Amino acid sequence: MEIAPHRQAELIYLLRHDCGSCHGMRLEGGLGPALMPERLSDWNSEQLALTILYGRPGTPMPPWRPFLTDKEAYWLAARLKAGLQP
Amino acid sequence: MKLLRYLLLSASALVPLQPVAAECLTRGTGDMGIVIERAAGSLKVVDTSNHSELFRVTGLGDLSHASAVYSRDGRYAFVFGRDGGLTKVDILCGNIVKRLIQSGNSIGGAISQDGSLIAVSNYEPGGVKIFSSTALDLVADIPATEIKDREGKLKGSKTVGLVDAPGNRFAVSLFESGEAWVIDMKQQDAPKIIKHTGIGSLPYDALVTPDGRFYLSGLFGEDGLSLLDLWHPETPARKILQEYGRGEQKLPVYKMPHLEGWAMAGDRAFLPAVGRHEVLIVKRGEWQEEARIKVHSQPVFVMARPDGRQVWVNFAFPDNDTIQVIDTESFEIIKTLKTGKGTLHMEFTPRGEEVWISVRDSDEVQIYDTDSLELLHRLPADKPSGIFFTSRAHQTGL
Repeated sequence: MEIAPHRQAELIYLLRHDCGSCHGMRLEGGLGPALMPERLSDWNSEQLALTILYGRPGTPMPPWRPFLTDKEAYWLAARLKAGLQP
Repeated sequence: MKLLRYLLLSASALVPLQPVAAECLTRGTGDMGIVIERAAGSLKVVDTSNHSELFRVTGLGDLSHASAVYSRDGRYAFVFGRDGGLTKVDILCGNIVKRLIQSGNSIGGAISQDGSLIAVSNYEPGGVKIFSSTALDLVADIPATEIKDREGKLKGSKTVGLVDAPGNRFAVSLFESGEAWVIDMKQQDAPKIIKHTGIGSLPYDALVTPDGRFYLSGLFGEDGLSLLDLWHPETPARKILQEYGRGEQKLPVYKMPHLEGWAMAGDRAFLPAVGRHEVLIVKRGEWQEEARIKVHSQPVFVMARPDGRQVWVNFAFPDNDTIQVIDTESFEIIKTLKTGKGTLHMEFTPRGEEVWISVRDSDEVQIYDTDSLELLHRLPADKPSGIFFTSRAHQTGL
């Protein structure tokens, strides 16, 4: 998956600061669940990418489709599965 | 690592203290405050008369979503971190007096009316812990109602919207279980709790009116708010503004609104609408919707200037580069400021002639004159978020 380095940096910033407003800047959880690899082990990257893109109806998780391409959501999901350095 | 973390948490372990700053200031603290630097885990101690930085204090852990309250003498800030950290900071000396990790994940806290107790609301595990404000010794550990998680395991409900109330009480809302509790700490070794169940679906935050009488919980799972009269804490909570937005499709919410601070102008309250580009105006007393103001995007903080003449509003991602100022007499937007991306928080000086605004992505705090609405000054800060001035020491609910 080819995503330009500057866009990768933007996506990680978005993840920490905007996803982080519910999931914690260190992704260890908040009003939303933690996004650490062990917590996400029940889902594959595709499922996670769909959750990112379309949200989880009935919960506060919104769809991020307006801000992300499919490719970017997959890339983020894979990064989450692999674990981000603090 | 996990085991170590578990041990640290279970022991409420003390984290090593920083060395004491060599020189402490000899001055009053009434024109002082702190600015949270969320990514660096640090804070700046600031002087609001001179728009200057006095100290930078580091080592406060994960400060994403951090908040703070002040001791009644205005000398100590108690900072609540996302990682469960509770840190007591001496703002005259610019150092950490004591710091402990009191839970796995917390959201905020409050100081009691008499200043002797610090209460913290926790996400992980849910519940409220109460500490002495002097040595941060644990005074009470109040577990939350248990709910079933995704795997069917029981876990404590997350607690949100923790505030102080007259009579050395605290009020708190429980997110998953939909409750509001009033915790009476007059007898510190025997807390008395009044539990109101079924207040509404998913209370996400709450506030108390400045007189300490009404406790309002915002609901994420349904329209309206839940209202508790703390003069009559046994009387069941009732729902207000239930008709608001009925049948309308809400927009996705990319940042939960905050109810901290009660934007009260005269007998009107100004509230952020969840999932809508609107500020709601509610008449105190009848608690009926009086008007809606169309604003730039979904409001996060709706804060009244201390004299009640203006209300300042910031917005959720992706529109968090803007502030709007509402005239509370005409309900008109009198100014739209483009402060920059990541405009996260505002704090008025005690009598409201200036407002400090944190702008995360440009790493600065912007200071505006609230009369001319002109930018006066910029102060550098590393990814600033919450700004808390010492005047909060003497305000119920802050």
